[in-house]
This record gives sequence, C-alpha cells and structure tokens, in this order.
Amino acid sequence: MMDELDRQLINWLQGGLPIAEAPFAAAAAALGLAEDEVVQRLRRLAELRVLSRVGPMYDAVRLGGGLTLAAMAVPEARFDEVAELVNAYPEVAHNYRREHRWNMWFVLATERPERVGELLAEIAARTGLAVLDLPKEAEYFLALRLPA
Amino acid sequence: MDLTGEQHALLAALADGLPLVAEPYAALGQRLGWSEAAVLDGIRTLVEEGVIKRFGVVVRHHELGYRANAMVVFDLPDDELQAAARILAARPAVTLCYRRPRRLPRWPYNLFCMIHGRDRARVLAEVEAATTAAGIAQRPRAVLFSKRRFKQQAARYGGEAAA
Repeated sequence: MMDELDRQLINWLQGGLPIAEAPFAAAAAALGLAEDEVVQRLRRLAELRVLSRVGPMYDAVRLGGGLTLAAMAVPEARFDEVAELVNAYPEVAHNYRREHRWNMWFVLATERPERVGELLAEIAARTGLAVLDLPKEAEYFLALRLPA
Repeated sequence: MDLTGEQHALLAALADGLPLVAEPYAALGQRLGWSEAAVLDGIRTLVEEGVIKRFGVVVRHHELGYRANAMVVFDLPDDELQAAARILAARPAVTLCYRRPRRLPRWPYNLFCMIHGRDRARVLAEVEAATTAAGIAQRPRAVLFSKRRFKQQAARYGGEAAA
C-alpha cells in the first residue's frame, strides 16, 4: 500500500506546496526522487484515497461564505433517519458520529453567511431536535500535519 | 470580500485540487485559457488576500492509519483560554484548536481540539499529557471519540473541512 517514501512525501507536502512552475520538483529534490516519480506516487495515493486532494484550503469566511460546526443530540432509534436528512444537504461538508449525548457533529459551509442560520433552523424544524451552532471564534493552529 | 469574475473562475478550476502532472499550474491555465503566469499570479493574490489559507495536501486520517480521533472540549475561564490553547496547539497530536461559543445550559465548553492517534489508548494518553502540560488537567472537559464518518467530501470553494 504505502511505503516509507510515500510517508515522507506526504509529510513534506503537508508543510505546503510551492506556488511555482514545477511545484513537485522541490519535493523531489528534498526526498531524492525524480520529479516524475513524485507525480506518479501522488496519483497512486490519490487512487488509494489516502490523499483526498492536492491543492488549496480555503477560508470560507474570507470567500464571503458562512461556516459553522453544528451538533445535535439524536435519539439512537432516529439516528440513521436524521443522518440521512442532514447529509442530503449539499452544504453539509462532513458529518461525524461521536460518543456523547451530542452525538452528531457536522460542518456546514454556505455561499452566503445568512444561509447558515436558515439551514440550521430548517434542520431543527424538520427533525424536531435542537441544533447547536458553534462557529469558530478564534483559531490557535491550522497546520494539519500528521506524521504519516 | 468581493471576488472578481477571474477569481471565481480560478477557484472553480481549483475545486477538485491541482491536476497531478509535473506542471499543474500550466495545466490549469490550459483549462482556463490563461497563461501559467496568470494562474500563478491569481493564486498568489488569493493567498495574500487570505482566501486561500494553505496550499498543500489534504490527507484522509483513517486511510493514513489514524484509526482514532477525538474532539476534546474544555470549559476554560476566558482569561486562561488563550495561553492554554497555544500550548495545546503546539503539540503534534493536536491538529486543530478553536475557541467556540458556549451554548448554556446545553453546551458548556468553549475550547475545541482535535486529537488524532493510531488507537484510543494513545489518544487518551495524549489528552492527559497535553492537559497537564497546559495546566488545565483539573478543568471540566469531555472527550468525544468519533464512531463513524458519514460524510466527508472535499471542501469545494465555499467550504472547508476544518470549520
């Protein structure tokens, strides 16, 4: 599946990709690989779905959009039904089940900021369940670096 | 922020990430009918304006072998939060650290961290070590392990996984 060079490559790229003509050449030089091999490895890692994407991470708020983390306390018997309803919204970027009374956690990203409140109210009305709106107020780190 | 038509076109072209070829910016330019230099300038401007926060790889934790992830939440006094958050955020296992509003009486926690580990025991050990290092071991907290990922789609423009 993944070898040591794949892990080194992922670690290197998590530090940021150069915005320059041949961005993978710098990774190749750092790891002692040919540029073409870096590209081939990235294609394979994308096929294996270890990498979901090589590219930009956006700041939705700077883009003019709305973004929040929402939580719901869903009764066990209704979990699948509510998950299906929530996940059907294209604005729901991801949804995790967590072990807690507040057991459904999803990220909502909308093109217009006011749409966040509208959608959360709609989900609350359709499910009859409370929805916590927990937007980010301050951020203390964002380098999503995981040693591979 | 008001984006120009060109910026919208560039963001749309980047929505699925860079083409995995040796000269990906040139390939994007071909798709847009732009020069490679125009693509690079456009991306640099979006970075300067803060629309693009980071340019790199988006990894899937589970597929990388990080089988356990927990959202660890704390109820910290306002005057303690920032110093503790900076110590937590500097730890390698802590990938995100955000202040969010309390929603009393339902939700008392105001600091959220994501902690990834290869298994639950390692995540819990890290919670102990990190909270001790930050001087908040005695503060109220909850550890919410994820059980199941229902949906994880690459953030399109307008969205970002790390909300």
